[in-house]
Amino acid sequence: MSLAFHITDVSLGHGDETVVRGLDLDIRPGEVLVVVGASGCGKSTLLRSLAGLLPVRGGALLADGAPITGPSPDRALVFQDDALLPWRSARHNVELPLAIRRVPRGERRRLADHWLGQVGLADHGDRRPGKLSGGMRQRVQLARTLAGEPKAILMDEPFGALDAQTRAAMQRLLVDVLRTTPATVVFITHDVDEALYLGDRVAVLGPDGVRTLIDVPEPRDPATRGTPVVRAAREEILRSLT
Amino acid sequence: MTTTLAAPSREARAGAGPKRQRGRRVNRWLIRAASLLTALLVWQWLTATDATVWIRFDRLPTPVEVAGQLGLLLRDPLYYLDIAQSLVRILTGFVLAAVAGIAAGIAVARSRLLSDLLQPLFEVVRPIPAIALVPVAILLFPENEQGIVFITFTAAFFPILVSTRHAVRALPTVWEDAVRTMGGGRGRVLLSVVLPGALPGVFGGLSVGMGVAWICVISAEMISGDYGVGYRTWHAYTIVDYPAVLVGMITIGVLGFATAGAVELLGRKVVGDR
Ligand SMILES: Nc1ncnc2c1ncn2[C@@H]1O[C@H](COP(=O)(O)OP(=O)(O)OP(=O)(O)O)[C@@H](O)[C@H]1O
Ligand SMILES: [Mg+2]
Repeated sequence: MSLAFHITDVSLGHGDETVVRGLDLDIRPGEVLVVVGASGCGKSTLLRSLAGLLPVRGGALLADGAPITGPSPDRALVFQDDALLPWRSARHNVELPLAIRRVPRGERRRLADHWLGQVGLADHGDRRPGKLSGGMRQRVQLARTLAGEPKAILMDEPFGALDAQTRAAMQRLLVDVLRTTPATVVFITHDVDEALYLGDRVAVLGPDGVRTLIDVPEPRDPATRGTPVVRAAREEILRSLT
Repeated sequence: MTTTLAAPSREARAGAGPKRQRGRRVNRWLIRAASLLTALLVWQWLTATDATVWIRFDRLPTPVEVAGQLGLLLRDPLYYLDIAQSLVRILTGFVLAAVAGIAAGIAVARSRLLSDLLQPLFEVVRPIPAIALVPVAILLFPENEQGIVFITFTAAFFPILVSTRHAVRALPTVWEDAVRTMGGGRGRVLLSVVLPGALPGVFGGLSVGMGVAWICVISAEMISGDYGVGYRTWHAYTIVDYPAVLVGMITIGVLGFATAGAVELLGRKVVGDR
């Protein structure tokens, strides 16, 4: 139920332009791997390649040992914003992956309501995305992703457009929700504190692959915030970011 | 954290209840009716006084004369037959153009091969005014009726095609990416993303298409019809029956207004608020 990714000597890019070369990284099943890096260093490119939306330019990109050749419902992608279909209600959006998997209609609705409940939006199923706040929309997107029961969740700065307070609440919600799923998570962020709070490991990406790979001490335990070990990890990430 | 207030609706902002709201709506309809009535009064005044201010109103029929003619025609079954004939022609041509235009617009926007195959053809045919196709229509179709529908179809096809193509091209890729990473294939992307996403633009094209279709159905009838509002109007002109010509024009105006309104209404219903 959780995917392992094996990335060996991979080059990534768009068109003629190579963005990342010589990337080696193993993503363990069930872990939360956070990727940070300078803007434009290729984080989104990596995630799109893992999703199967963008072919790699060289090297081997394996999901559970099989080369990634295209998108699959096993590997769900969560976007920064505006990925919900605006003409569908929140519930109808969450039902979409279920409809694609040909879940019967009644069951679809029950599951959609279940997942909306999981993200605290049980009462907002009938609203269109345009009538929801940015934080609520991201929660609907999370519910939609979880409803597809993917083996891996690829998140591209999902809280990047939210204000600090909403963001902190979303981080707590994500930690809660991820406890109920075995999926492997690859999470991209610009926020080092977010990385240290959410991740089991944090990878710093550069043009020549992973610069630093850090094991987070006591992952997802708010009590460790500001302790010397976490501060040391934070310093190390910031150092390799510059 | 993320408690949101619903955006204040218009009446809440204006501090008015549903009653005031209804009052305002009635008001707007009054203004619209007054606009039409004023135009009629100005027309009556200009023609009744035989005003000649470089443009000459002395030979134009007055609204009263036209109304009299309209009263006569309203009792004439031929008048309704003409309207029915024109409506059948325009609706047939328009519906065919809508289906073909939407399909071709999506095909051209989504497939490079189809775009390369069809786009040059469309670009060459598009500048030709549909009414200039009358000779071709006469050669191609065994019956006059089919020729008129063909011309109407061609007229409405291109605005629908172009709007659909633009609307599909302008769709953000994120929706398609999302559906594909949920395991959706081409068909699912088309049905769940492309079609609903392009609908607002498509309806823009349908509105324009309906307008052009009227222009062309009337012109085609004037040239080669033996029934229809366009034919009847032209016929009235050849026998110098100006009040009947104006009744024909007003009939065209009202029919055009009604069909455009129908497309608009359907659009609002299908597209909804987003
Ligand atoms: N669709 C595209 N076509 C061509 N080049 C692209 C495309 N998307 C991104 N790039 C280029 O690839 C490089 C990496 O972009 P990418 O979006 O992966 O960066 P990123 O690390 O996600 O940046 P950010 O943190 O700002 O989101 C950039 O130089 C960008 O210009
Ligand atoms: Mg990015």
